[in-house]
Amino acid sequence: MEEVLLARIQFASTTLFHFIFVPLSIGLALIIAIMQTMYVVKKDEMYLKMTKFWSVFFLINFAIGVVTGIIQEFQFGMNWSAYSRFVGDIFGAPLAVEALLAFFLESTFIGIWIFGWNKLPKKLHLACIWLVSIGTIMSAFWILAANSFMQNPTGYVLQNGRAEMNDFIAVLTNEKLWVAFPHTVFGSFATGAFFVVGVSAWYLIKKRKVEFFKKSLAISLVVGMLSGLGIAFSGHSQAQYLMHEQPMKMAAAEGLWEDSGDPAAWTLFAKIDVENRETTGRIDIPYMLSYLTYSEFKGKVQGMNALEQQMIEKHGEGSYIPPVKTTFWSFRIMVVTGGTLLGLAALGLLLMYRKKITESVWFLRLLIAGIFLPFIGNSFGWIMSEMGRQPWVVNGLMKTADGISPNVSAGQILFSLISFSAIYTILGIIMVVLFVKFIQRGPEERPVKDVSATDPFETGGAGHAVK
Amino acid sequence: MPLSDIWFILIAVLFTGFIFLEGFDFGVGMSTKFLARNDLEKRVIINTIGPVWDANEVWLITAGGAMFAAFPHWYATVFSGYYLPFVVLLLAFIIRGVAFEFRGKGDSETWVKTWDWAIFIGSILPPFLFGVFFTSLIQGLPIDADMNMYAGFTDFVNVYTVIGGLAFVVLTYLHGLLFISLKTEGELRSRANAAARKVYALAGSFLILFMVFTYADTNAFADHGAILVPLYSLAIVLYGLLFFFLKKKREGFSFTMTGLVLIIIMASFFIALFPNVMISTIDPAFNMSIADAASGDYSLKIMTIVAFTMVPIVLAYTIWSYYVFRKRLTGDKEHLEY
Repeated sequence: MEEVLLARIQFASTTLFHFIFVPLSIGLALIIAIMQTMYVVKKDEMYLKMTKFWSVFFLINFAIGVVTGIIQEFQFGMNWSAYSRFVGDIFGAPLAVEALLAFFLESTFIGIWIFGWNKLPKKLHLACIWLVSIGTIMSAFWILAANSFMQNPTGYVLQNGRAEMNDFIAVLTNEKLWVAFPHTVFGSFATGAFFVVGVSAWYLIKKRKVEFFKKSLAISLVVGMLSGLGIAFSGHSQAQYLMHEQPMKMAAAEGLWEDSGDPAAWTLFAKIDVENRETTGRIDIPYMLSYLTYSEFKGKVQGMNALEQQMIEKHGEGSYIPPVKTTFWSFRIMVVTGGTLLGLAALGLLLMYRKKITESVWFLRLLIAGIFLPFIGNSFGWIMSEMGRQPWVVNGLMKTADGISPNVSAGQILFSLISFSAIYTILGIIMVVLFVKFIQRGPEERPVKDVSATDPFETGGAGHAVK
Repeated sequence: MPLSDIWFILIAVLFTGFIFLEGFDFGVGMSTKFLARNDLEKRVIINTIGPVWDANEVWLITAGGAMFAAFPHWYATVFSGYYLPFVVLLLAFIIRGVAFEFRGKGDSETWVKTWDWAIFIGSILPPFLFGVFFTSLIQGLPIDADMNMYAGFTDFVNVYTVIGGLAFVVLTYLHGLLFISLKTEGELRSRANAAARKVYALAGSFLILFMVFTYADTNAFADHGAILVPLYSLAIVLYGLLFFFLKKKREGFSFTMTGLVLIIIMASFFIALFPNVMISTIDPAFNMSIADAASGDYSLKIMTIVAFTMVPIVLAYTIWSYYVFRKRLTGDKEHLEY
């Protein structure tokens, strides 16, 4: 089944690439909306300049996020038609609502926001960027509603050989959705925040535009700190949720073959031997896994062997162990990046409070490196979530291998995989080049000019429009 | 009326809305090569659609999402069956979408030129592919008993579908020229008008060719002639009227005419399909009917409630966005984003 492998590679690569841009868009939209609000409230031109400077990155990023998202919507039908037939009734609905509720809102108001600077009253123009921000967050909600159905199917009945929706409220109150949504959104806010934090730190090291970037740093550190806390709390509730709803995923994330002792220890590092079903060389933190699971320091956790036995009794012979090493290490990478973020934000705010941030060059350097942390955390979070679900595409209902399009050949998938990868590589390079260019250029020196009031007969008037 | 029929109509409306709105965006994209004489003109042309093209594209994304939710079998058959054409379409949308944003963000001439080409290719390929898509859809495709489609090259590409594709290209180009003449002033406006008059005969011939071949190469007239004959006659009358509006430079009316013609063509596709969503060339018994392809009633009910509350709101702010940017662009006084 070469097709399954290729279709999975395609889904993984297009999704992970798309998910570089989405969280950054969600986070930057919020931060820009906050900056513009400060401008409207305080009437300080500095905040207007900040809004405009940071929006350049937002717009470049948003454009790539949108175009890579179109592929996401259509590849279900292209590569996974059997899956689409099986769940369309219930999986398609949130996607359609996402388009209707979120995409129209985002794309209409971002157009009005970009082109409406001098055409709308200040407050109305400000409302536009907030609507964009709300649109990006709503979009995350609906896509996670769809994904949560794959993780934990709710609100359906099996009939006519398909999963048909019979309870929309159950789809929207899916517990998985309500642990995944805050975790993803806080992760996204952190992504935007740490981008602004890192770029600002670079300027502070160079001692250029110190006032401008100190203000940017303050706003983004606060957003980063609050997001970091949000990530930690929602991450804890997500882990607890997984323990009772997707125990196999958590057992794999722990490298736990046999049932744990009581109380259970959390494994920091270990060597996993999938062939012999052994995990050796553990470095454990005692009591920790019990606490993660039950919020108290006792209780044992089931291992993969016992869980697989239960699955075989329920679903028949087969292998039900997900890729253990990937799940195990992805989980650890995610947790470490999340914890580091929180630490960096807390320390940064402390230094800022003590007015030492501009001199702490070593720390500012760390903040620059911190730009990459949320991206790593986001990606590995998704890898853990989706790999840990295998071999299921819809947990307990449909296996991944049964979901592919029977009429699409490996060659066709390979062709699309190569062309998408090629164009994604080009887009990735362009984005980095543009980001570096606009970071180096910095905010405009002159106050932002109302160009519509420029006299075309003056020098620089008519010519100003021509780049 | 069963809910599945309502959703068939809604999806028809979404695709039609897409062709009407993004149609002029495509035309405007083509005009950057055919109409603009210098960079400033190019920028003015692109900026006429600047605030709206992104939202216009969402009509397609919503149409796709609605197909997935309301007709999973239709969605699955179409997207897996048209695999390679869709890959090309998606690539075109990618380069086009980023080109608008990237174009003004670089300094070198090569940079700008590269993205100009991306805008052009990304604006000419999609209408062509959509024309091929809809014409082959009503021509019928090899769909088997399991609703899977195994189409070969000539199922997509034959005389009729190529005419359909070219008809969409020239008609959207005309539609875009009229949009430019509506949104600009002076030299550019009169040049767009002149170009529209030149394209008129060519687009008209393709329109007629398309209708003749629809008669000859599909069962559309045999099955739905009673509706299609008056509808196509109306399209020809409207297209005739366009001639006079063009001559009198009544741009608003001209633009409305090309818009209505596009709407009629799109409507005719869905009328030709009804009561099926896909027509099988293997065996009429394998035709996929609206009822066969549809989701469960509960799902359709929920979606109907969402659609009927949300669509008016979406339409309201969409109209408002056009109102905000109602003024013509002159290019010498304002800030051009792209």
